Amino acid sequence: MSDAPKIPQTEPRYSATFDKNTASEIRRAAATGIYDIRGAGAKRKLPHFDDLLFLGASISRYPLEGYREKCGTDVILGNRFAKKPIHLKTPVTIAGMSFGALSGPAKEALGRGASAVGTSTTTGDGGMTPEERGQSSILVYQYLPSRYGMNPDDLRKADAIEVVIGQGAKPGGGGMLLGQKISDRVAKMRCLPKGVDQRSACRHPDWTGPDDLEIKIAEIREITDWEKPIYVKVGATRPYFDVALAVKAGADVVVLDGMQGGTAATQEVFIEHVGIPILAAIRPAVQALQDLGMHRKVQLIVSGGIRNGADVAKALALGADAVAIGTAALIALGDNDPHLEEEYNKLGTTAGAYDDWHEGKDPAGITTQDPELMKRLDPVKAGRRLANYLSVLTMEAQVIARACGKSHLHNLEPEDLVALTLEASAMAKVPLAGTSWIPGVSQF
Amino acid sequence: METVTFDLEKTPLREVNQYLHSDAAELDGKTVTITNPGGAHNIAVGLKADVDVVIDGHAGYYAAGMNQVANVVIEGSAGTGVAENMMSGRVHVKGFASNAAGATAQGGLLVIDGDAGLRCGISMKGVDIVVGGSVGSFSAFMAQAGNLVILGDAGEALGDSLYEARIFVRGNIQSLGADCEVKPMDEEARQILVKLLKESGHADVDPDSFTLLGSARTLYNFHVDNAGAY
Repeated sequence: MSDAPKIPQTEPRYSATFDKNTASEIRRAAATGIYDIRGAGAKRKLPHFDDLLFLGASISRYPLEGYREKCGTDVILGNRFAKKPIHLKTPVTIAGMSFGALSGPAKEALGRGASAVGTSTTTGDGGMTPEERGQSSILVYQYLPSRYGMNPDDLRKADAIEVVIGQGAKPGGGGMLLGQKISDRVAKMRCLPKGVDQRSACRHPDWTGPDDLEIKIAEIREITDWEKPIYVKVGATRPYFDVALAVKAGADVVVLDGMQGGTAATQEVFIEHVGIPILAAIRPAVQALQDLGMHRKVQLIVSGGIRNGADVAKALALGADAVAIGTAALIALGDNDPHLEEEYNKLGTTAGAYDDWHEGKDPAGITTQDPELMKRLDPVKAGRRLANYLSVLTMEAQVIARACGKSHLHNLEPEDLVALTLEASAMAKVPLAGTSWIPGVSQF
Repeated sequence: METVTFDLEKTPLREVNQYLHSDAAELDGKTVTITNPGGAHNIAVGLKADVDVVIDGHAGYYAAGMNQVANVVIEGSAGTGVAENMMSGRVHVKGFASNAAGATAQGGLLVIDGDAGLRCGISMKGVDIVVGGSVGSFSAFMAQAGNLVILGDAGEALGDSLYEARIFVRGNIQSLGADCEVKPMDEEARQILVKLLKESGHADVDPDSFTLLGSARTLYNFHVDNAGAY
């Protein structure tokens, strides 16, 4: 036995730069030669609505009585040009998600849930399904670069049409639906051979710039006899200019999706490194509308990380007319539920972190085309859960609006907000809490 | 046969298109002539009745877009996206067609007597297109189904990322796109070509003077060794 004194050792230290997740991705890339593909939106911590707080009423403002005084929640979308604008009972809508990415029962459940509370759902790449049209009392039909399943009969059946330029998870990128999910039905709807990787184009095939877009929107209006509201959806990158150009091109509604907005399948590097958080995008978008004299005339729907009524209220206070939810709606249906933990473990993941939606093995039966797995989702029960959740979002937003003395959610305004961080203050252009300072706007 | 004439210098396009969207009973068997089109965009879009439409001059973007059933003749040239997303029926351009002719179209027949610009038949999904002249670069990009017949030459990257569409070319091809290759002309393809030549007024053209192109299908499922082709 040695008498030499024991030298204390430092604890093993992981690199903050090459952390465990980063190193595991390097090993995965080296083994496979292909980038990591996954679903959902940005997972990194970003400046978000949590960094804002409402200033409830006190002496200088008076609140509304919680259960007795009215606080309106309805919203009209598309009254700029469309003969038949949409009237929603709540400003919380369901974002575009494709049949193909989602199962038929999942689309049906979205329709059931949304219709129960008087809001809309949105199709996605791959066309309109009877499940969704049948259950969605208000259905927005997406017009995408791939034009998979696009046909004029469905355009006429839609309640509104959304021209998709991009989405927050991958602005500038196209879609991807891997062969595992190209079932007979999906293949038929998209006019592709079964089992091939389906790549959706990133640009529309028959127009390029904003002047062309104006003609394209006019074409859709002509085809539908100017009845349907036309939305234009953009991923959040340069929101001031994109919103201004969408308005110039004739949009009735602009949909602005931040980088937290989900996708069915895209490269991880794309999701985490392209686009900006929705918090940073709303004010420039609203500014563009105000500069053009079109705020509240062309409606703004924002999405990307909306989770609760506070997020809804904050988005509206910053100037949006409505919000859209995607990831949260899937969670409400049953996605990533802890009761499926054992099955998520078998897939090498854990409930709450499952994002390999493109592989079609979703144990919750939502992001799959597997006939056995999709049977697990009861569209009636799942639709009820979504309806409950949408009601909670609406009521929570009302709670906050009443506390701020507002008789309608649309009366919320930036003046009702302060920021907890300098980043949020600069992005949302509301003062840092306890000060009158807005970096980039006012002096400290 | 009853003929109805609209003068686009006197009647707003909206009124013309609204009339063309009348019930099939109102339109069936009629010929609607549109004079003085002046290159207006979105003429005769969204038709869904068995009606003959004659555009007596040049049309702008998206002429006969999303056509169903109708037979549309453009006596002059057509702008971008003529017969885009056509479902059925027939569209005949007697002059030239600009970019993206027949884009994403799912059915019917598009005949272009002159040349077509870039991206002719891009993402086509079942339409038949016959071009009497030449086509620009990137034609039949990501073409999924249907037949593109080119009597003249083709530009660069013809049939890039092709799926199951067929391309017949009579003239020179500047270059083929990724995953597009020459195929042997089998009897099924030859019969399709003969039929399309006949239907487009080119029955006298020798079908054996065409080269058939199709997908090599190497990009259908991702493989790292093909990464450079994506």
